[in-house]
Amino acid sequence: MSIFETTSLRVAGVEVDGKTAKAISGRHNIIEMTQAAEDAVLRPRDSGAFGHNLRAALAARVARLAQDDVLASHYLARAGDKAALADPTETGAAQGLSAVLAFIDKVANQTRDIAAEDVSGLQAAGVEDADIVRLCELVAFLAYQTRLIAGLRLMQGAA
Amino acid sequence: MARVIHKFTRNVPHWQPRLTPVKLAEATPEQLEALQVTPSNTKVSDYVLTLAHDVESLKVRSPLFNAIMYDAGGLSRSERELGALAASMVNRCIYCAAVHADRHAKIEKDTTTTDALFAAGEKADLNPRDRAIFDFARKSAEAPPTAGAADMEALRQVGLSDAEILDLILSAALFGWANRLMHVLGDPVRKTEDA
Repeated sequence: MSIFETTSLRVAGVEVDGKTAKAISGRHNIIEMTQAAEDAVLRPRDSGAFGHNLRAALAARVARLAQDDVLASHYLARAGDKAALADPTETGAAQGLSAVLAFIDKVANQTRDIAAEDVSGLQAAGVEDADIVRLCELVAFLAYQTRLIAGLRLMQGAA
Repeated sequence: MARVIHKFTRNVPHWQPRLTPVKLAEATPEQLEALQVTPSNTKVSDYVLTLAHDVESLKVRSPLFNAIMYDAGGLSRSERELGALAASMVNRCIYCAAVHADRHAKIEKDTTTTDALFAAGEKADLNPRDRAIFDFARKSAEAPPTAGAADMEALRQVGLSDAEILDLILSAALFGWANRLMHVLGDPVRKTEDA
């Protein structure tokens, strides 16, 4: 895969002959590893309690919380039967996911307010420690990807 | 006994996990490989053992982290640390802020900038280049991100090249990730014996 075919560069609208392409090609290893990280959090071999469709829905939800509708659409198209959970107003109560969604939303957009009780609350709701780490990695990767994409868009616009 | 730290400091605290880290004796071959455990290297931090619960992510994140913070060329090491610090201050990741303020001060052999940031926050008196870098990284780290065209223009005005700007975008964004692991999965603590 060319770096220009990775999710982050496609969503940011970076083109192979664009004015930022030279600087970005200089960090091609980082762009390649960014795609590998996306694959690891969205489509891991061992997905624990959260299957690939649910992960895509959660990624779309976090992208929406970061106000990136283009990236949200990318993930929503992969969310299958879990697509409804990508809507930030959806509580997930019907699917037994209200504690998980509340945690994700807080980690995504109120990071500084996270406290020990947020983690112990998830444990009390029956989420395994390994799955708590998996959730954090998913949200945390999206925090990185949305900010990388936002920065790349600004670079192109202001060059 | 351990006391949780709530104020920014360059004195790097201990990191105490809020959940149970992977036990080395029970680690899978894939986890051991990601942890780089060898007969001569059996020391692994609680942080990395916690992240080993999601070994597929850990394996790809470590080299990505190192490339963004340390690869040659582009933005200087200390300016990448400033980007990391700005994000960590926005997200109030006390542990990350301590590590990266300490690195910034050591690379610069000067504590003036990080002293000012911890004393006055975003209103700190910074030189124009540090000001543009810090503001861009700080606004990128907000949730949702608020950096805009004027912030990008400010980076160009103080002389940052495209390669330097890309490295700043990457280091600030990377700490959007790192903060959401460190600050969420554990507490920064001072153990009483070294208080």
